[in-house]
Amino acid sequence: MNRVLNLYRSSVGKKSLMAVTGILLVGFVFGHMAGNLKAFQSWDPAGGTLHPLDQYGEFLREFGYPILPEYGVLWVARIALLAAVLVHMFAAYRLWTQSRAARTRGYRKAESQVFSYASRTMRWGGVIIFLFVIYHILHFTTGDVHPDFEYGAVYANLVTGFQSTPVALFYIVAVGALSLHVYHGIWSAFATLGVQNARVERARRPLAAALAIVLFLGYISVPVAVLAGRWTSIGLTL
Amino acid sequence: MNLTLHVWRQAGPDDAGAFETYRAEDISDSMSFLDMLDLVNEDLTRKGKEPIAFEHDCREGICGSCGMMINGVAHGPERLITACQLHMRSFKDGDEIWIEPFRATAFPVMRDLVVDRNSFDRVIQAGGYISVRTGSAQDANATPIPKRDADRAFDAAACIGCGACVAACPNASAMLFTAAKVAHLSYLPQGQAERLERALGMASQHDAEGFGNCTNHGACQEACPKGISVDYIARLNRDVLKGTLNKAVGTPD
Amino acid sequence: MELNARIPDHPIDRMWERHRFDMKLVNPANKRRYQVIVVGTGLAGGAAAATMGELGYQVKAFTFHDSPRRAHSIAAQGGINAAKNYQGDGDSVYRLFYDTVKGGDFRSREANVYRLAELSLNIIDQAVAQGVPFAREYGGLLANRSFGGAQVSRTFYARGQTGQQLLLGAYQALERQVQAGTVQMNVRSEMLDVIVVDGRARGIVTRDLVTGRIEAHMADAVVLGTGGYSNAFFLSTNAMGCNVTATWRAHRRGAGFANPCFTQIHPTCIPQSGEYQGKLTLMSESLRNDGRIWVPKEPGDTRAAAAIPDSERDYYLERLYPSFGNLTPRDIASRRAKEMVDSGHGVGPMRNGVYLDFRDAIQRLGKAAVAERYGNLFQMYEKITGEDPYDVPMRIYPAPHYTMGGLWVDYDLMTTVPGLFAIGEANFSDHGANRLGASALMQGLADGYFIIPLTIGNYLADAPKMDVGVDHPAARDAVREVTDTQERLLAVKGNRTVDSFHQELGRILWDHCGMARTEAGLREALQKIPELRERFWKEVLVPGSGATLNQSLEKAGRVADFLEFAEVMCWDALTRDESCGAHYRVEHTTEEGEAKRDDENFAHGAVWEFKGVGEEPVRHREPLHFEHVPLSQRSYK
Repeated sequence: MNRVLNLYRSSVGKKSLMAVTGILLVGFVFGHMAGNLKAFQSWDPAGGTLHPLDQYGEFLREFGYPILPEYGVLWVARIALLAAVLVHMFAAYRLWTQSRAARTRGYRKAESQVFSYASRTMRWGGVIIFLFVIYHILHFTTGDVHPDFEYGAVYANLVTGFQSTPVALFYIVAVGALSLHVYHGIWSAFATLGVQNARVERARRPLAAALAIVLFLGYISVPVAVLAGRWTSIGLTL
Repeated sequence: MNLTLHVWRQAGPDDAGAFETYRAEDISDSMSFLDMLDLVNEDLTRKGKEPIAFEHDCREGICGSCGMMINGVAHGPERLITACQLHMRSFKDGDEIWIEPFRATAFPVMRDLVVDRNSFDRVIQAGGYISVRTGSAQDANATPIPKRDADRAFDAAACIGCGACVAACPNASAMLFTAAKVAHLSYLPQGQAERLERALGMASQHDAEGFGNCTNHGACQEACPKGISVDYIARLNRDVLKGTLNKAVGTPD
Repeated sequence: MELNARIPDHPIDRMWERHRFDMKLVNPANKRRYQVIVVGTGLAGGAAAATMGELGYQVKAFTFHDSPRRAHSIAAQGGINAAKNYQGDGDSVYRLFYDTVKGGDFRSREANVYRLAELSLNIIDQAVAQGVPFAREYGGLLANRSFGGAQVSRTFYARGQTGQQLLLGAYQALERQVQAGTVQMNVRSEMLDVIVVDGRARGIVTRDLVTGRIEAHMADAVVLGTGGYSNAFFLSTNAMGCNVTATWRAHRRGAGFANPCFTQIHPTCIPQSGEYQGKLTLMSESLRNDGRIWVPKEPGDTRAAAAIPDSERDYYLERLYPSFGNLTPRDIASRRAKEMVDSGHGVGPMRNGVYLDFRDAIQRLGKAAVAERYGNLFQMYEKITGEDPYDVPMRIYPAPHYTMGGLWVDYDLMTTVPGLFAIGEANFSDHGANRLGASALMQGLADGYFIIPLTIGNYLADAPKMDVGVDHPAARDAVREVTDTQERLLAVKGNRTVDSFHQELGRILWDHCGMARTEAGLREALQKIPELRERFWKEVLVPGSGATLNQSLEKAGRVADFLEFAEVMCWDALTRDESCGAHYRVEHTTEEGEAKRDDENFAHGAVWEFKGVGEEPVRHREPLHFEHVPLSQRSYK
């Protein structure tokens, strides 16, 4: 316990907590993306079966049933994710206050250094992503801000939800922010956890970039396809 | 060439400080940046004003005394040199130059461009050494050290303690400085005995001094006049994590 | 002034060992009752403070820098000698001893030099154990090179930054003791006087460079490791802050100053590029291994180097010294370069250099091989001059670099003031009239790690233990004197900057007490220096106050001391009516044009006693005996 406390007290420790929770969340984000792509699976609306995406939603809700209660695993996962988000954010906040205190007067003339756009936007990017996630839950999970929400009809909610162009565009922008965050986050997490192997070292940036691009394309494919379905004959429709 | 300088002037640690503007006239290409400041100072002195205080000593890029932000860049626009090695041929007639001290809470300004970097010494005191008593050493060739390890240790040991890494870091972190010393000693067999305690002690002193934390921007590496690599920071992190999680390693106070 | 070198009466090869046995020891429990002040925390001072702290003394260390890691030892490039004989090429303690005495042109004390050679072995062991990353061979063993014309490979090195790495080793050992509480480190604290009580050194006066506070610090012994005085010449390769103040103040309090005219001029520095310049940059001497030195045959030839055909070039060192060629010792290479420039053969925009040309080396070895050996030096040169040495030959010129002279010390490194010790470049002990390359680091560390921590015990065990506080009249007087001097400096409020005086002093010394000295020139200098000093105290302008960080005031105090010191330097050069090593009196030249020693009259160390500012100092002698290295004439033809 003492050692965990010491870990939390040091800035390296806080950073490693961020790295571990970050990796966990990146894992979730990829799983989520894989689920989203089920939207593209072929389906016969007249066949009387649920859309594969809806089946997937049901699967998540019932996972582990009947050994475990319905929604059981889902809630455990939700709580774990929430905890990861909170630890990630709280550590980020503490590190941010530490750094802010480390330079109270800035430079009159600050030349932009070489560091990347992604690295400079980690903190505000994180805040934007957090706000987006709240909106996203209200939109597609609880339906509070979704005009045509229908419980359990995941696919239908998705298509109706993205009928609004501003909403779809907002999703695309938010996913862009998420990808940038993940790009620097992955590369940073390796360094923070002290992965230091010449081969991994060389692959660190390309790997981070590749994952971020896959993430971006995977996520925007759905709103883009819904928008496309609205204006053209190719795309996702009800 | 003629130049306009905006220089940070601050009479003492508690003074508010402000920029003042000076003209530097008839500056030749072959002058070093500090020669140019000397000239401005001679002129100020003759006018009965107090010259600009700045630190400098060896003027060949090794003592680490000089250090200032020149147009927002630590040690000025050229890479891999210190301010004393910067020459005026890097500027052109009519240029405006902003000169500021390195800014960090752990580097309080003492006067004008002079900052107090003793926080670095205290980070070294927290473990940046090998505990060997004078006269207790074995023969120097008793333990062969692979050339690549000796070379790597040297690359890290090349740090001159100037503080440019801190100055350039958006978080005012001194992780590159700390990591370079930890890496230097951890590449050598002599440094193994205290390796984890050293990393823990130095990293915790680093925080205690009020430096920020590393967010892996890499600005420090760009600013470092000796080209020390940010990869050492990953190595430091690993040793700190290992030390923290290792039961056998005593936890620092 | 009594000069007793206290050389132990033992055979030279057992002397240090027997002396260690003879010396009195301080009981370990008593050590912490003794306070020792160490001024200067470079290689010598840093090593001494760390080791004495380890032994249990209460050490108070002082540096005017912001950190011990800034000391000028850090700038030493080439390497450090040690008689390890790892190369099996016939080196030995005796050979290093022999080479050092001979290289010093027979003006050093055999007993001290022998001990230095012996201790060289321990230094390398110590440094490696501390983690100094010396160069290594692929097999993992330490690499060596031959340096400065030595015939064996005994130089250990860490790329071109050996001084830096050794200093960081000492600095780390010192910081370890600071953490352990045995050393109290005082940074930005400049020593301005020694406090002598009942004939013994019992403290120092310092000025806190941030607050301006002037105060006394008391101790049972004082060790000065405050470096050399090359900056008397204004332009030198020394760091800007290097000064003579500590040793000069000790001299004024009764410490004999030995051989002040023995100043070494390094042959391969980048020539001055303008009047404004405050510092010269050294280029490693290793460049002479492959570079060829030449000037145009025709004086005043302004053609570009490439446009001058070989037949119109004078490779003068190869011509004059066929067997050593470009690798002649430092003093000879320097003197010949000066002759060339003085006779109008100088090159470069200010016609103040000679060429060091790598054209032939590049042709013979290929550009890649040359880059491998000298790449970083070429880069450094290009950064400074804007010229690429792969295309245009480098320009070099000699510059003051190291001072062999310093406070006179006995075998225990104690000055003529009991309780006051001097180590490293601050003393005169080991290099005679000329220092060999890669020997300065060796001497600083031998003094600091291995000699002073033991000999100081011998002194303390015998010294009367008495409590002298900062309110002792001697301490109060010293503080008042320092305060007065500072107030006088601030009160002049003249119209000339400190640097302008320093520059003028430098020119006088360079012209008359530099690489070639004549009686007439030295007499002229002895006339000009007091005049300049007088003007200094009437016309100097020191802005600001004494109660803040005031770099002009710091400089003014140092220049004021240089203005006093310069005189004794010239007196020494004038009265040493011979040529030896780096001291070249034009009147004493062999038929071959080399320095001609006069062993009959000058085989001694000249030790000066202070008699007051402007008064002629008194010259004492410490006769030197050469029982192991027979007196001989150097020849590099």
